[in-house]
Amino acid sequence: MKTAMTIKNKTGGVRGVLTSNKLASLVLLLVIFVVLGLVPTMTKGYAVTLITDMLRYIVLAVAWMIFSAPTGYMSLATAAFYGLGFYMAAVFNGRVPFPVIVMLAGVIAFIVALGVGGLTLRLKGVYFAIFTFALVLLVQNVVLEVERVVTHTRGRFVQTMSPSTTYYAMFLVVVLTLAAGFLIRRSRYGLALQSIGEYEEAAAHSGINVVWTKVLTFAVTAVFMGMAGAIVATQRTYIDPYIAFDLNQSFLPVVMAMFGGMGLLVGPVIGAAVFTEIQEQLQTRFPQLFLLIVGLVLILAITFMPNGILGLAQYVWRKIRGGRRAPT
Amino acid sequence: MGIFTDIIIPGLLLGGIFALVSVGLSLQYGVARVLNVAHGEFIMVGAFVTFWLLGSVNLNPLVSIVVTAPLCFVLGWLLHSTLFRRLMDKSPSLEIFEGKSMLASFGLLYVVQNIARMIWGSSNQTIEFLNRSVTSAQIPLNRLVALAVVIVIGVGFYFFLARTRLGKAIRASAQDPTTAGLMGVNIHNVLAICFGFGLAMAGIAGTLLSTLFTIQTSMGLQYTVIAMIVVVLGGLGSMSGAMLGGVILGLVSAVVTYFQPTWTMIAYYVIFVVLLLARPKGILGKA
Repeated sequence: MKTAMTIKNKTGGVRGVLTSNKLASLVLLLVIFVVLGLVPTMTKGYAVTLITDMLRYIVLAVAWMIFSAPTGYMSLATAAFYGLGFYMAAVFNGRVPFPVIVMLAGVIAFIVALGVGGLTLRLKGVYFAIFTFALVLLVQNVVLEVERVVTHTRGRFVQTMSPSTTYYAMFLVVVLTLAAGFLIRRSRYGLALQSIGEYEEAAAHSGINVVWTKVLTFAVTAVFMGMAGAIVATQRTYIDPYIAFDLNQSFLPVVMAMFGGMGLLVGPVIGAAVFTEIQEQLQTRFPQLFLLIVGLVLILAITFMPNGILGLAQYVWRKIRGGRRAPT
Repeated sequence: MGIFTDIIIPGLLLGGIFALVSVGLSLQYGVARVLNVAHGEFIMVGAFVTFWLLGSVNLNPLVSIVVTAPLCFVLGWLLHSTLFRRLMDKSPSLEIFEGKSMLASFGLLYVVQNIARMIWGSSNQTIEFLNRSVTSAQIPLNRLVALAVVIVIGVGFYFFLARTRLGKAIRASAQDPTTAGLMGVNIHNVLAICFGFGLAMAGIAGTLLSTLFTIQTSMGLQYTVIAMIVVVLGGLGSMSGAMLGGVILGLVSAVVTYFQPTWTMIAYYVIFVVLLLARPKGILGKA
């Protein structure tokens, strides 16, 4: 059964279950994309909004994972870049066309991430996490202060876009993010990131420009976060810095990526979709207990599913298929 | 005199509170290696238990420390000996444990905050306690009392760490958990006790804060952020560093508030960023 052979990589994840079935997975991927592309023409209203929401979290979780999973740098700055995009969309709303806003948001997130990354990626482990955690609130306070001094207001009103426009824009960003994730993982950059995560000094000694690799990847992933923020902003009518820079947007993508499993790119995609659905169900059924249950789900998921849904699935798969072979 | 009474004294008083808020977090991270994002939520719990005791049995807020501290200690002990111990045993490395325990504590933040909201609602509450000035310098008495309590607890805990057998075990575990375990320290128990102490300090801080400021069930996160800044400022895991960092941040806060109150949060971060870049180990941290 060569098709069921699994290749274990160093980090313990399984790369390419069913290696020779690549064509099948490609076809499956195309079918999924086509179905997703047709969603707004088939249904209206709630389903479109829900799937847009899932797509947003897929962008955030995958973008987070591209940088943080291989390097081990736990970034909690997602909400800062997402919020920047979000707020830029409010600032430029009505002045320039929508696609330009989204691109601008990406560019601004890129520049800020480049600066922040250059300053802070020397920090190790928990210091980096704390710094990026605080960064969200720093940016929030700076934006508040700028608004107070310049415009004497706290928030802005935004013209909303139609749900299907938002949907397609988000869908496009998802495709871009996944493509970037796929290409980075397969390229020299991906290997460089992985070796940085395993032993940074050794990576530096073997000729990798450690600082540049980290900062550039950090900034590239920030672009997608900023774009996602700008697109989501067009669904709101009123935006202020408290709405834009929400710490949950930093933690939820991390949780979703872990919930899905970080061995493969598809992990955070599954995690984001499932977790968004769970959230949505809880919010409609138990509006009072919603966040309480989310917290419990989070704790239980971290405690009992260390490798996420993907890890669980692989475990079950191995139990079914691998019983006849000695463990590799 | 103007600068002294307007900046230095309020700064020192505020610094004392910040120090108490942060020492607990420092203990949790320094020994138990849990970067507890829910730290502020237990400050909130301490504050609201105090408020509730005052309202129901008219208990003096200072006396309610004897309730909030043990309550938070037990909560912390239980949390560590169930949730975090399990995470620690399952994690292949310390770094992975730090990441996972931080995320788990983020879940805890949701849980604690929402339970508190169900019990106490989400409106603002105030406790009137010793809210009068002493001397001509306009120093509120309740702040002085709070500072006195902070100093007593700080000194007491220092002697506990320095002189008792358990204190020695805690210091040993902070330096090297594995070796401490080999020397006969019941490592899991010590870590759980440390986590409990950290939360107990959060509870005490909550009690004191409730006599000074308006409290609401969403107040936790702002104190968590302050505590994180202070702890990094002083050096992660260093008790005296957290104390010193708290005082420094209090003084900074007083100076900035004196000139431009809306800049306080920004000033905290600027200091935080500068310090992280110049000396990531913190003022008293060991490299």
